[in-house]
Amino acid sequence: MLGEGILKGMAETAKNFAGSFVSKERLTTVEYPEERIAPAENARVFPFLVYDTENWEAGLRCVACQICEKECPPKCIYIDKSKDKKPDYVGKQQFYPTRFDIDISVCMSCQICVEVCPFEAIKMDTQFELATDDRFGGLLLDREQLAKSNEYYHEIHPTEASEVDARLAEEKAKADAKAKAAQATAAKAAADAATKTAAPASPTQAKPEGGQD
Amino acid sequence: MIDKADQIFVLLQHWLVSFLPLALQQPAAVLLGVIGIVCVFPAIFALTTVFERKGLGRIQNRLGPNRVGPFGFMQPIADAIKSLTKEDVVPSTANGPVHFLAPVGLVVAVFMGFAVLPVGRNMVLVDMDAGLLFFFAMGASTEVSVFMAGWSSRNKYSLLGAMRAVAQMISYEVVLLLSSVAVVMITGSLSLTKIVEAQNQYTGIFPHWYIFTPWGLAGFVMYAIAATAETNRSPFDLPEGESELVAGYHTEYSGFKFALFFLGEYLAMLSISGLGTTLFLGGWSAPLSFLTFMPSWFWFFSKLMMSIFVFIWMRGTLPRLRQDQLMNFAWKFVLPFTLLDLFVTALWRFMGEGLLRWIVCSAILLAAYIIMGRVAMVRKHFGPRSYRYAE
Repeated sequence: MLGEGILKGMAETAKNFAGSFVSKERLTTVEYPEERIAPAENARVFPFLVYDTENWEAGLRCVACQICEKECPPKCIYIDKSKDKKPDYVGKQQFYPTRFDIDISVCMSCQICVEVCPFEAIKMDTQFELATDDRFGGLLLDREQLAKSNEYYHEIHPTEASEVDARLAEEKAKADAKAKAAQATAAKAAADAATKTAAPASPTQAKPEGGQD
Repeated sequence: MIDKADQIFVLLQHWLVSFLPLALQQPAAVLLGVIGIVCVFPAIFALTTVFERKGLGRIQNRLGPNRVGPFGFMQPIADAIKSLTKEDVVPSTANGPVHFLAPVGLVVAVFMGFAVLPVGRNMVLVDMDAGLLFFFAMGASTEVSVFMAGWSSRNKYSLLGAMRAVAQMISYEVVLLLSSVAVVMITGSLSLTKIVEAQNQYTGIFPHWYIFTPWGLAGFVMYAIAATAETNRSPFDLPEGESELVAGYHTEYSGFKFALFFLGEYLAMLSISGLGTTLFLGGWSAPLSFLTFMPSWFWFFSKLMMSIFVFIWMRGTLPRLRQDQLMNFAWKFVLPFTLLDLFVTALWRFMGEGLLRWIVCSAILLAAYIIMGRVAMVRKHFGPRSYRYAE
């Protein structure tokens, strides 16, 4: 009959109206500043830099390759490369960023920097309460503000972080094995060379060692 | 004591006026009445906005505003401060004077309607013999303001919204008038006070409200539909249509002018609910004969708030109609049914007292309702829609 659907709908909303006073489970929202819903695991806001170990400055995974800076569509990343080097997680000597700034007033949260980073150094944060009364300085985050520990990364994106850790560990193991093999072959070669020509060994061995620096 | 409570505002007015010289008493009394209306109804409007937001929240299983003041009831004050301190933007191509006059005209026209509404026993500002006519004249002039707003903004959305508003309001104005004509036919008067007095009688404990007769019930339903459309409330809020037209005719309004439109819309809702109460729900008369000890104005305002609640409830339930559905509904269903209702009212008037007229009138209306629902409003095409120009 005409109007039946309307009455059904009205009954439904009346049920909601009365029910929301009675049962708390009906309420779909929470009162935000006091109560919070934890952000979803794949939530993303702005990028941050991951560091291992205790010291954020020494532990930064970033090697200042500047790929993210070049790929960033709105060009909101500013990187200055260091003159000297420090060892990375594999133990290899790498550059590091002396300046790494992200202008979050420009950033559009596209995650391209995360996808292009070959060192798993930049990841997306879930921190969204970034309002500030300083329009310029307050929204330009520097190295120190961006650096967050790997533990924090595990906290906000557990699945993704364990995958990353597994991949890094695998790479490190591979690198270690390679280094060991290289060492072994080098040692073997050196031993062979030493047995073959014992007399002129000392000058020729010193030369390649010096060239490595 | 009971009479004192009932007439408290009237006595207050007389007492205040008695301090003035005789020549000034009449105009001062009118002025006091005007002040009363201008204070009370916007106060109800403020309450309504917060009730609406909280009610809609509850309907959607949310809490609604609860931050400003106790339980969020100071929210209207915050809203008022916000809209007063906002910049008043007038588009450079807009027609300035008309753009300014539209919201003012709307609010003035809506306020005029309250002049003839009896809000309690002896509580009517102007007891006009043709009060109903005056009320509809004022109600119809809001359309001019709406169109002024849409036209003067020089904005396509505004103009479209205004066009829709005018088409809709004129279509439903017909129904609104015809459904109240039934009441006039039975009462034999256009005076709203007379209409209330005719309903203020009791058989046993039950009142003689017009809604408790077959023609009155049908008339009330038609009146409610037309009133919802007339005040541009959901599901007939096409003129606003924020998802299609941004905000319709008040797209280009901001700050206090927008607040005036908002006020006008809600006051129109209040006044049309007040008229519906007066025509069909017995105005200020008590719902049961032993409840007459309560003051008459209390009953009027409780009925008013009940109607407002139904408005909010419908807004929380029904989706917006399409323009063609709206027009079809007005001209193909509501109008024929209202005309039939007029015929039934005449039948009721001339069949005399007795059970027979109850049976005949109810049967005609019920049969018409079922047949119309089956035939006139049937959807011709089911299944997926075809798009001529898409793909």
